[in-house]
Amino acid sequence: MQLFATSLLNGVTYGLLLFMLSAGLTLIFSMMGVLNFAHASFYMLGAYFGYVVSTRIGFYPALVVAPLLVGAIGALVERYGLRRAHASGHVPELLFTFGLAFVIEEAVRLVWGSLPVPYKVPASLDGPLFTLYSATFPTYKAFMMGVSVAMLVALYAGLTRTRAGLVIRAALSRPDMVEALGHNVPKVFMLVFGGGAALAGLAGVIGGNAFVTEPAMAEALGPIVFVVVVVGGLGSLAGAFVASLFIGIVQTFAVAIDYSIVGRISVSQVAPVLPYLIMVAILIVRPRGLLGTRES
Amino acid sequence: MTAALELTGVEKRFGATEIVRGVDLRVAKGERHALIGPNGAGKSVLFSLISARFPVTAGRIALHGEEIQGKRPHDVNRRGLSRSFQVTNLFHRLSVFENVRCAVLWSLGYRYSFWRSADKLRDANERAREILDRIGLAHRAEVSAGILSYAEQRALEIGVTIAGGADVILLDEPTAGMSRTETEQAVELIRRVTEGRTLLIVEHDMSVVFGLADRVSVLVYGRIVASGTPDEIRADVKVREAYLGAAAHA
Amino acid sequence: MTRGSRERLVLWAAYAAVLVVAPIVFSKGFALTLLCQMGIVMIFALSYNMLLGQTGLLSFGHAVYYGLGALFTIHALNLGHGKLPVTLMPLVGGISGLFFGIILGYVTTRRAGTTFAMISLGVGEMVAACSLMFPGFFGGEAGVSGNRSTGSHLFGLTFGPQIQMYYLVAAWLLLCTVAMHALSRTPLGRMANAVRDNPERAQFVGYDPQRVRFMMVALSGFFAGVAGGLAALNYEIVTAESLSARTSGLVLLATYLGGMGFFFGPLIGAIVVTLMQTLLAMVTKAWPFYFGAVFLATVLFVPGGLASVAMLHKRLWDTGQVRRAGVVYAAMALPVGLALCAVIALVEMAYHASGDVEGPLRILGRELDANSWGPWIGVLLVLAAASLACRWTWRRVAPRWHEVAQALAAGGAR
Repeated sequence: MQLFATSLLNGVTYGLLLFMLSAGLTLIFSMMGVLNFAHASFYMLGAYFGYVVSTRIGFYPALVVAPLLVGAIGALVERYGLRRAHASGHVPELLFTFGLAFVIEEAVRLVWGSLPVPYKVPASLDGPLFTLYSATFPTYKAFMMGVSVAMLVALYAGLTRTRAGLVIRAALSRPDMVEALGHNVPKVFMLVFGGGAALAGLAGVIGGNAFVTEPAMAEALGPIVFVVVVVGGLGSLAGAFVASLFIGIVQTFAVAIDYSIVGRISVSQVAPVLPYLIMVAILIVRPRGLLGTRES
Repeated sequence: MTAALELTGVEKRFGATEIVRGVDLRVAKGERHALIGPNGAGKSVLFSLISARFPVTAGRIALHGEEIQGKRPHDVNRRGLSRSFQVTNLFHRLSVFENVRCAVLWSLGYRYSFWRSADKLRDANERAREILDRIGLAHRAEVSAGILSYAEQRALEIGVTIAGGADVILLDEPTAGMSRTETEQAVELIRRVTEGRTLLIVEHDMSVVFGLADRVSVLVYGRIVASGTPDEIRADVKVREAYLGAAAHA
Repeated sequence: MTRGSRERLVLWAAYAAVLVVAPIVFSKGFALTLLCQMGIVMIFALSYNMLLGQTGLLSFGHAVYYGLGALFTIHALNLGHGKLPVTLMPLVGGISGLFFGIILGYVTTRRAGTTFAMISLGVGEMVAACSLMFPGFFGGEAGVSGNRSTGSHLFGLTFGPQIQMYYLVAAWLLLCTVAMHALSRTPLGRMANAVRDNPERAQFVGYDPQRVRFMMVALSGFFAGVAGGLAALNYEIVTAESLSARTSGLVLLATYLGGMGFFFGPLIGAIVVTLMQTLLAMVTKAWPFYFGAVFLATVLFVPGGLASVAMLHKRLWDTGQVRRAGVVYAAMALPVGLALCAVIALVEMAYHASGDVEGPLRILGRELDANSWGPWIGVLLVLAAASLACRWTWRRVAPRWHEVAQALAAGGAR
């Protein structure tokens, strides 16, 4: 029971983090038709910037500064890189984000080295929040959940209740029409890309110290985010939410279970493969994903 | 006698929007049938239903008596129905010659073979050259399809459509965007290459319709409101009201 | 024989001649190892281009066929106890590649475009993750080792010496190049191009695009498996790395860099990438960064790859525009070169400052302390100046370049 409770809470926390990443990815894909391979790289940059700012100034300022920096980088990338690649076609666009992911990882290695950096949970948030069935739930995890939920509520409110959000949602399905109505669609694209990057950066700030902060973190998390987006349905935010929680919980539980299924192979050994198995299964059985609408 | 193409009660809905609301159409073998109607009437959608680009919501489509609704586009094509597109739809990075050759490969039985060079297939190459001559593009054979002029692309589009030897041809606004001279040439070409075949053509240019068609059907808001010979249609009051307007009185 | 086909025969003969003569020309120490590596990547990249360039399928998991081919070959080598001739071992890799190409191809080609790319990534990661679950087959951390000189020694060939291995690679390379080129000219190959350009149109001429894609994946899996088999023989060890996303990325990089629009593009890309991996790696530890930067630059500025640059220059030659173009190049050379040097200096200084490497940084024989502000400001100033110079020079020579472009489009007038 203790294991169940801990795993569930951890799974939900991880799932919410995944959603922060996949929400941005889904928005970018829905609007611009490009699957941003470098999305997990923005997560990584957020973690590293968070580390730098929190060691120089403090953790709470880092929560604001780091995502803004990452968002700015994202906007620049869109303006000077992605837009150019877009002119050459769909494949160059994908390849651009693919190459970008690689370059960002190497740049991070150049600047901070290949070993993990000591990005720590701030003392004020360290320690247990409550005990459930004799398992302690750390305060920081609760903080993570809180920030994720707050961010997503803000995102939802922004998209549905503000004028800018309306323009963005319109541009999601009818960019030409929105442009004809006089809105600056390239600027909207830049904002959305930057916004998605900032969201990923924020996830990095709060996730980087809970998990490990090292150059390989993007490579480890990136494919899982893609799995989430594909399983939830390319282009569906609600689907991404459901899939994030599902995958997050499944993965967390799987790692914790030592029960053997086939011969000497235990569930925890199969855990890394599970997300991909789920993805392949969905792609065969229901290619548009759980709640997907768009067939790319 | 079995009609070449027969539509019974065909309906198409996109979400809540009804585009085709119950179409009955019969095209006899060897007939040249024109489909006219105001913009938004659903002509292109109807074509897409017949060629299996979209699935029907309800109704029956029969090709030479055999039901084809619900089949996949390449299955329908293999049964002898071919179509052209309103917006030119070619293999833009292949040469003009290669475009036509690709269109003849299946009908000559070569399927997915990967053990023989296509350049050595005498019948495919000869047939492709023959088609190029007929559509008047033999002198542009090695040019990349993507850089042809508009009229040349439209001619190639027709060439690719008829190359496979289909006996039921669907042409979607083949003369769209053409000048008077180009239109006349295109009509001549169409008449030549569809000799002996069944033709269903969507057109806005009335001179093409009345000059080319044996029978005309008028589609308005997803329904056929009139069907008959060109003269009958020209005289039909309903059609005049819905579509031809003042020009018909001329 | 037509002029075109005579030209082509000459090219093929030249290709074969280069393969034969290469180890004699480049005979220094590790050059032979390098040539073997190049040859293997060339086959791998050509197989990848069957998907990317010819069928329009962007795959992020092509290493699966390569890696599985390598694994099956090395197991066959170990289990065969010297009964199977080493010359035919790559065929084991090829058949395994084909087998998995058929199975995985069937699953993955039900969609195209971005969805296919995602599926290929997922399947690739899945197979790579499986490698930890079945250490017996995949060899676990240490990989699987083998010995290629235990085969039946036909004509006294043990394949122990690297030179014999090279000629084995070269022979398979020639065979595979010929085969893949011939394949591109068959009805399947032509329809693959058609499906790439316009899958819908392909349907309306009677072809099922899914079937075409499936067959191309299966066949490219064969050739990828052959490359894997040769790798198994060459390195005499196979690890899970050969299945990894990194390897998939590498072949993608090599193919795209070389130019996916031309048959010979991947060959160029494979050579350049192998050189970067080995020679560049000896000069600077920051080579992966340069790798990625070159890739990004190619995507943004030269989307046609190196092959398109080569063909551009061929056209410049044919239309007599070489001198005019030469003037533009000469003018831009200095500012661009200076800017590049500044960027390289920045990268190297960053690398040294991060503390990952021992020893001081040496540029032009002088030591630079990457941890102090001075050199950084200096280099940044140089970069700024060089960028401005680039901009200024380009404005001056751009009209010239437009003339060249116009002349090329017009087909050239001397």
